Amino acid sequence: MSDVNLTGIAKSYGGSPVLTDISVSFPSGSFTSLLGPSGSGKTTLLRIIAGFITPEAGAVTIGAEDVTRVPVWARNIGMVFQSYALFPHMTVRDNVAFGLGRRGVKGAEAKRRVDEALEMVRLPGFADRLPKQLSGGQQQRVAMARAIVTEPKVLLLDEPLSALDRRLRQEMQVELLSLQREIGVTTIFVTHDQEEALTLSDQVAILDRGRIVQMGAPAAIYERPATRFAAEFLGDANFFTGRVESGAVAVAGSRITAPDLPEGREVTLAVRPEKISLGAGENGGNRVQARVLNAIYAGANLTYLMEGPGGMGLKVFAQNADGVILPKGAEVTLHWSPDHTILVED
Amino acid sequence: MKAFGRLYLCLLIFFLYLPIGVMIAMGFNASPYYQLPFEFSTRWWNELWQNQDLLEAGRNSVIVAVIVTLIATPIGTAGAVALHRREFPGRNFLRVMLLPPIAIPWLITGTAMLVMFYWSGVGRGFHAMLIGHVALAIPYVVLVVSTGLQTIRQDLEEAAMSLGSTPVHAFFRVTLPLLTPSIIGAALFAFAVSLDQFVISYFLATPGYTTLPVKIYSAIRKGFTPDINIISTVLLLASMALVLVYAVFSKFGAGNVRR
Repeated sequence: MSDVNLTGIAKSYGGSPVLTDISVSFPSGSFTSLLGPSGSGKTTLLRIIAGFITPEAGAVTIGAEDVTRVPVWARNIGMVFQSYALFPHMTVRDNVAFGLGRRGVKGAEAKRRVDEALEMVRLPGFADRLPKQLSGGQQQRVAMARAIVTEPKVLLLDEPLSALDRRLRQEMQVELLSLQREIGVTTIFVTHDQEEALTLSDQVAILDRGRIVQMGAPAAIYERPATRFAAEFLGDANFFTGRVESGAVAVAGSRITAPDLPEGREVTLAVRPEKISLGAGENGGNRVQARVLNAIYAGANLTYLMEGPGGMGLKVFAQNADGVILPKGAEVTLHWSPDHTILVED
Repeated sequence: MKAFGRLYLCLLIFFLYLPIGVMIAMGFNASPYYQLPFEFSTRWWNELWQNQDLLEAGRNSVIVAVIVTLIATPIGTAGAVALHRREFPGRNFLRVMLLPPIAIPWLITGTAMLVMFYWSGVGRGFHAMLIGHVALAIPYVVLVVSTGLQTIRQDLEEAAMSLGSTPVHAFFRVTLPLLTPSIIGAALFAFAVSLDQFVISYFLATPGYTTLPVKIYSAIRKGFTPDINIISTVLLLASMALVLVYAVFSKFGAGNVRR
């Protein structure tokens, strides 16, 4: 097992930068998600780690080895592609054995390891089928088996679950994680699905326009987004902007406060919709008046779209505890704790 | 409406195959002047085996077509792969420039080649004819192979490389096997283009070396006998057999290409 380190990685296409000064480290055996919208550079970054793209600046190391100039076929990585990229003219066994063959593992030893890998992805007995005879989920498992059978130093996953339907995807997430824990390979996972990133990862890196805007454990990133982009991209958020005067921001008559606000500066504050409660709450909390514009009913929970102070839009998640849905136009008081009010960079 | 469609299709097939049918039938008619009533005879089969000129022209045609196929198919395949899988300046321009040779009438291409070969000192003869045929066949090969390449996902080669294949190994182990049906189809195209080629053969061949279309043409001008029909029939059946073999083969292959 090896850690992966990137230092000062930069890449541009036709003069426009795709990645700018990326320095990040992936600890040995960790599971890291690269999360970002399309065009954020997350796939380019993955392909640089894989070796399909050579960066213009910076270095890639896998373990102790600097692989920046090492081509993909000499890097000993495992990769799972979005489309699985199974070889359609080969059986499942030949697909999985492909990488072993390239490493000179043949015959009985290869057969044993292929069977072992198929066992691990829970597809024993499928070795002699062709990829087209398998379902999407099964193809995904074969792609996993093919990527891990060579015992790579790093496992790279390029949105491997995005082609599956929701239910199967959740199932595969669980399997993927337990498989990764079992073999302990350093794993880097590209996704644009925030929930997937939070569920699977030890750490999440949020990319925006070619930069890593924030990186950390899922809970840390979710609870303490550093920028407005991170707060918006990972989950939902309500924002309040204004100048800090005597420890609070005044928004159309309401004073909104948070710990350690810099006096006299223009700031942006973020609040997660589920942190806001209906009612006046205790004294000392943040409190605003709002009017219900719309209630989105989803069974177990409700999403209220409201008009807050000064006509600003607010989103509030509420548990459906008593079966009462606030009607349109209802005037309510909302409250939340200053501790849940996060100062973010704009 | 459905009956009308079927009738239309039958008529279409009928008009396509009627002349060919007549040609084959007349090969078995005893009269040297294609006179009716039809009287069955295998006389022209025997005549054909006596007609050394015609047999040699037929043999030449096949030999040229085979050589052209063997040269044009690898060149065209490599070209298609380059045009579709590699990034290089002028790629789109080259891709577009591939089409005019197919659209330009062969008469013009042939004249141009004759002038060019005469001017450059390449001259006429077997070699000139080969160059001409190969040049004509390559765009067809590139087109057919390109179509095949488009059905093969590019990330397959990337997957092979991530597993330890060099680009060359990835191409030969992954792309080439999947491309085989298209390459065979392209080879048949090249073979047919060469076998069918009259204008360029007529312009570039020296009198000592004739291919079948040229021979048939001169025979028609001098007055001819139904042994022409026989050799045409033989060639026709041979090419149809090839096409059928390909159709069967590519049907097996097609299932592999798509996922």
